[in-house]
Amino acid sequence: MTDLSRAERARARSTVVVLLGLVLIAAACVRALAFTPLEVSQGAAQKIFYVHVPSAWVAFLAYLLVGGCSILYFFMRDPRLDRLAASAAEVGTVFITGVLLTGPIWAKPIWGVWWTWDVRLTSTLFLWFVFFGYLVLRSAVPEPGQRARFSAVLGILGALLVPFIHVSVYLFRTVHPAPVVLNVRGPQLPGTMLLTLLLSLGAFTVFFAGLLWRRYAEAALEDARGAEGDDGAR
Amino acid sequence: MGNVVAQALVIAAKDVRLEFRTRTAFVSALAFTALVLAIFNFARDPTAVAAIDVAPGILWITFCFAGLLGLNRAFALERENRAIDGLMLAPVSRSALYLGKLLANLVFVGLVEAVALPLFALFFNVPLWPILAPLLGVIALATIGFVALGTLLSAIAVNTRFAELMLPVLMLPFLVPPITAAVQVTSRLFAGRSFGEMAAWLKLLVGYDIVVLATAILVFDFTLDE
Repeated sequence: MTDLSRAERARARSTVVVLLGLVLIAAACVRALAFTPLEVSQGAAQKIFYVHVPSAWVAFLAYLLVGGCSILYFFMRDPRLDRLAASAAEVGTVFITGVLLTGPIWAKPIWGVWWTWDVRLTSTLFLWFVFFGYLVLRSAVPEPGQRARFSAVLGILGALLVPFIHVSVYLFRTVHPAPVVLNVRGPQLPGTMLLTLLLSLGAFTVFFAGLLWRRYAEAALEDARGAEGDDGAR
Repeated sequence: MGNVVAQALVIAAKDVRLEFRTRTAFVSALAFTALVLAIFNFARDPTAVAAIDVAPGILWITFCFAGLLGLNRAFALERENRAIDGLMLAPVSRSALYLGKLLANLVFVGLVEAVALPLFALFFNVPLWPILAPLLGVIALATIGFVALGTLLSAIAVNTRFAELMLPVLMLPFLVPPITAAVQVTSRLFAGRSFGEMAAWLKLLVGYDIVVLATAILVFDFTLDE
């Protein structure tokens, strides 16, 4: 089987996962809106929790993937790692944008402001800036080998930066709600809400995996077509 | 190791000599810095906000802009006539090339800062004498951090399209930790607070410098690999 037909098959399969992820997210939303009780003090605004937290979780996965693949690329120089890092950055940017958009919708009624310079908000915003810079850099370097090396360096630096930003903003004060699930005293929310959240987390993860795979297959297809074109020209 | 330092010094000396002979970049950077300081003075309402309240922020934003301007120059210089190829073929290690460029950039940015600081004291009426020694220490720590990072990023940015725009887009997010720490320490110095209130920020600054320098030296060879 050629690389080209393999990449085409991967693209078809990944589409199924993307659609499955969408259906699961829809199911999670229905459960969150209709079958999960209202939170006492926050009311309906709290519902966004079931979209906001899973998006942030997926954004965090993307951050780990970009950082991890960049470090591995530095040692192994496997173009597949570069492709995976690029896919994770692109898909991750979409989810970080989601986090940054859903956060203010909740913050306005609860905190009274759309935005505040809290640790998590600031770290997320700068993670978005780093991912954005990463994508802009990729688009501005035409040669694939050079692009992969530059991206890996930026990926490594970005992975190091986020903890530093976290610490520097932490030295200010924080107002973001403390973790309610990964709390030292165990999950601090009722079972039905926890189940909805876990369902939503799972749905978003499947959706992310589908998009990531789809984007990766797309890049692989592009490379395979390029290679085939070279063979034809020879 | 001694060999690397000697090679780095040669490269740095070359860049500094080149800059000293033309002086165009240095003079324009100075004019730019003076202008930024002057414009910032009009970016506040003097009847509502005291100069000292915004002074630390203005100082660091100015240094940061001046630094960006100088860093863009470091590798752009080598692109003309593809001088970078000559440097890559020269029998010097890549670490020496990085350290040499870093040193030359530090000299450039340091000189701009040395002129900007008295100007800043003059424009914003900040008494610098009593806190000069610790202030210079903070400036050195923060400058080393952001120039170390900027030297690496400018080697990348210069090879892309829209190089002048690329460097700030890539670099500004990375300036948050050093600039935040530097501004916090500077304002505490101006307010005459105790060392204990700055210790955490200084630790952050030192940690940032070490991590950035070590990473940059480690990956620079890989970055330029053809």
